[in-house]
Amino acid sequence: MTHISATVDGTHRQGEVEPRLLLVHWLRENLGLVGTPIGCDTSNCGACTVLVNGKSVKSCNVLAVQIDGAEVTTIQGLASEDEWHPVQKAFKECHGLQCGFCTPGMIMASVDLLTENPNPTEEEIRDGLHGNLCRCTGYHNIVKAVSHAAAEMSGS
Amino acid sequence: MTDTLNETMGAIGRPLRRKEDARLVTGNTNWTDNIQLPGTLHMAFLRSSIAHAKITHIDTSAAKAAEGVVHVYTGADFPGQPGSTCVWPVTDDIVLSHYPVICEDEVKYVGDVVAVVIATEKYLATDALDLIDVDYEVLPAVVDMEAALAEGSPLVHSDKGTNHCYTAPVPFGGNYAEVKAKADVVVTRRFINQRLIPTTMEPRAVVAAPMGMTDEITLWTATQVPHVLRVLLALLTGIPENNLRVVAPDVGGGFGGKLQIYREEVLAVLLAKKLGRPIKWTETRSESILTMHHGRDQIQDIEIAATSDGQILGMQVHLLADMGAYLQIITPGTPLLGMFMYSGIYKMEALDFKCTGVYTNKTPTDAYRGAGRPEATFAVERIVDELAAELGMDPMELRKKNWIKHEEFPYTTVEGLTYDTGNYEAATARALELFGMEELRAEQAVRRASGDPVQLGIGISTFTEMCGLAPSRTLGALKYVAGGWEHCTIRALPTGKIELVTGTSPHGQGHATAWSQIASDIIGVPVEDIEVIYGDTGRSPYGMDTYGSRSLAVGGQAIKAAGERLVEKARIIAAHQLEVSPDDIEFNAGTYSVKGDPEKATTIQAIAFEAFTAHNLPDGVEPTLSGEATVDPMDFSYPHGTHLAAMEVDTETGKVKLRKYVAVDDCGVQINPMIVEGQVHGGLAQGIGQAMYEGAEYDSNGNLLTASMGDYLIPSSADLPSFITDRTVTPSSTHPLGTKGIGEAGAIASTPAIVNGVVDAIRHLGVNDVLMPTSPQNVYRALQAANKGGAA
Ligand code: FES
Ligand code: FES
Repeated sequence: MTHISATVDGTHRQGEVEPRLLLVHWLRENLGLVGTPIGCDTSNCGACTVLVNGKSVKSCNVLAVQIDGAEVTTIQGLASEDEWHPVQKAFKECHGLQCGFCTPGMIMASVDLLTENPNPTEEEIRDGLHGNLCRCTGYHNIVKAVSHAAAEMSGS
Repeated sequence: MTDTLNETMGAIGRPLRRKEDARLVTGNTNWTDNIQLPGTLHMAFLRSSIAHAKITHIDTSAAKAAEGVVHVYTGADFPGQPGSTCVWPVTDDIVLSHYPVICEDEVKYVGDVVAVVIATEKYLATDALDLIDVDYEVLPAVVDMEAALAEGSPLVHSDKGTNHCYTAPVPFGGNYAEVKAKADVVVTRRFINQRLIPTTMEPRAVVAAPMGMTDEITLWTATQVPHVLRVLLALLTGIPENNLRVVAPDVGGGFGGKLQIYREEVLAVLLAKKLGRPIKWTETRSESILTMHHGRDQIQDIEIAATSDGQILGMQVHLLADMGAYLQIITPGTPLLGMFMYSGIYKMEALDFKCTGVYTNKTPTDAYRGAGRPEATFAVERIVDELAAELGMDPMELRKKNWIKHEEFPYTTVEGLTYDTGNYEAATARALELFGMEELRAEQAVRRASGDPVQLGIGISTFTEMCGLAPSRTLGALKYVAGGWEHCTIRALPTGKIELVTGTSPHGQGHATAWSQIASDIIGVPVEDIEVIYGDTGRSPYGMDTYGSRSLAVGGQAIKAAGERLVEKARIIAAHQLEVSPDDIEFNAGTYSVKGDPEKATTIQAIAFEAFTAHNLPDGVEPTLSGEATVDPMDFSYPHGTHLAAMEVDTETGKVKLRKYVAVDDCGVQINPMIVEGQVHGGLAQGIGQAMYEGAEYDSNGNLLTASMGDYLIPSSADLPSFITDRTVTPSSTHPLGTKGIGEAGAIASTPAIVNGVVDAIRHLGVNDVLMPTSPQNVYRALQAANKGGAA
């Protein structure tokens, strides 16, 4: 067992973990943060995407011990107390989700994408999100939502 | 456009943003895998890595001794116990199969269950699988359908003496031999409708728990069909139905893959009862790809007969359908769900249909988005293009010449269905306008003339489909063992809030929003005051669930009827309160008023409170205010549309690019156009996925080669363009709301549009078919074969 501590969604968390424990399992099973789902066992789907120190990471592809000392943001910590993040608003506004299973990962990946590139073209959005799979929406409205959020965030 | 209905009439027809989304975008979700009950035991499955073998010996002693392991079960612990069942034995002489909950002496596909570990922790359950020792005697695997039917083939079920599951010849209208004899042109093709894997983003998951004060076992499961599942679980496990509660919490996509009774569900329930503890299992993606049922997988021998001026006379359809190793819920019926759709939108005199189901040592097949209708639409839309090429006719002109004209509805097809309404001319005209057909044809001509390595092709699909399973008598006549009705209860609570209980079970379709819109218009209560309750046999006891684009097509009728009954009961109370006869009461937007004296009025919320206190109800009127309806649909409904695809094909590398896609769909009246459009987008991605990217592949030993998400390619955002969509509105005349159904249309229409486009791009090079998916390899092979053919 290894001791780790990290700031998760703004709260200081710590615990003893097996060295093989995946970050996503630490979040879901140990911390009860079940908003981050698991869609695969091969790092293909992106459903589990969270931010580690502001960068998007597939949390099924990282061990819990690797995030010792880091700051982790999940979908459950993205909104402030009384307001959603503009990307969350845009997904609802543009119907960028249906079943919603890919949505936490899709939103977190989009947040990172917009940090890197605040004004992406459609092609840049499609390339930037290609590691996040969605089976429901055909991506059309996800792309629209990210453009919409970009416009909102840059105040245009 | 003809969408003049409803736009201003209240909630119906408005693109309301979804009620569901607040939870889903904040991670405040309730997936089955989120459920953590105290004392939970975890299941892990040892699955066969061999397609066909006898189990000669199993030693579980080391696993049983491992840390955290509570039990290890094998087939010997559940003798004769089925793990799934077939509710649609399509012919009298069908060869049925027993699907064991755990294999007892033989495994029949890669992924078949050999043993189950129960442990206190998930990781420990998985660890113990490695300690189980199994000896197999490998048997020859049956992989290819035609080989499976050949004399002397090894048998999937040796006790049955054959791999032939059934042959269903269907005596549809006309005599094909006669029309063929008088035809000028007969075109024959063999199409391969490849095996697909549904790939819901949420894997399957179950939690079964004995729930305290009664003998009840509650099963939470990622399913589309909690109601159907409850009945079948009772029948298969012997646990009384009234001791079973099935809950489908948030469900992350279904597409048919969760329209099933799975052995993992049966085992969870049996073990929760046996051990008295909660049992949990969530599959890995690799397990899901192997063992969630697969879809499609047909060999389609299609023949079309026509006159030289392009009059279609008839079609012959002979299918081989791969059942896989066992029959599950509607495995044999799935190809037959398409049998009514082979004539598509075209008039013809005769249709000869025959389908043969075949057992192989592969994952069982069953419904996948469209279930039979995509296969049918693919075949008819592809063969019509081939006929056009043979006749030297423009493929759209050929279609126009043969389709049912809008003034000919209602029209009874050669299969005997009566299409109520449609307007193929309007949808096509709009699609052509959005597509820019003339410019694209001009560009195509230039590229051909210049020998451009990148050729352009135009793919057409003018489709219809049938939604709304289904009139119960029709299902009975087809040997399906259940009905096709749907239920709704609408309750007005004392505080004026509404509970709408539906028997449909959404998993992404937005029923909470759309059903509120319907009820809002009927009972005159704001959308936000209506709570939709679904997916729990405890809270919503009657229902037939969600599949086959039936939820609105059938469930919508129940909402309307229940709402109207509530309004009528309230009218009697209102009349009593206002001291007039019910005939003198007008109801409008939630207010009951006296005709000619609109000041004398009361609201439906006020009446709900009166019905609760019951202090002053008219004689003979029972307290409480609700309306309840169980509706059997009058008929199917027939959405249609015109889809056009511009495809670029690199003749040097075989690479295919989808450049532009236009979809004009007509699903009748739209309750929420935003949701409708989303359904179209998602359907398109899946249909295009089949055409361009997806395909389950097995080697000759029955190993699934596409066993991970890295090998089975569902489209990513980078693989698709944005779509151009629009609609026409031709209301259904058999549905009281005028709606049709839209859940599967995109998946049905798009596959042939893409392949027709690819073939059109390279037809002048001698190609008249390309296998799906139209990967660079398959396109390149088609070009090579044409090249050789040309040289010979
Ligand atoms: S769960 Fe699929 S990438 Fe992490
Ligand atoms: S919304 Fe269902 S997987 Fe994306």
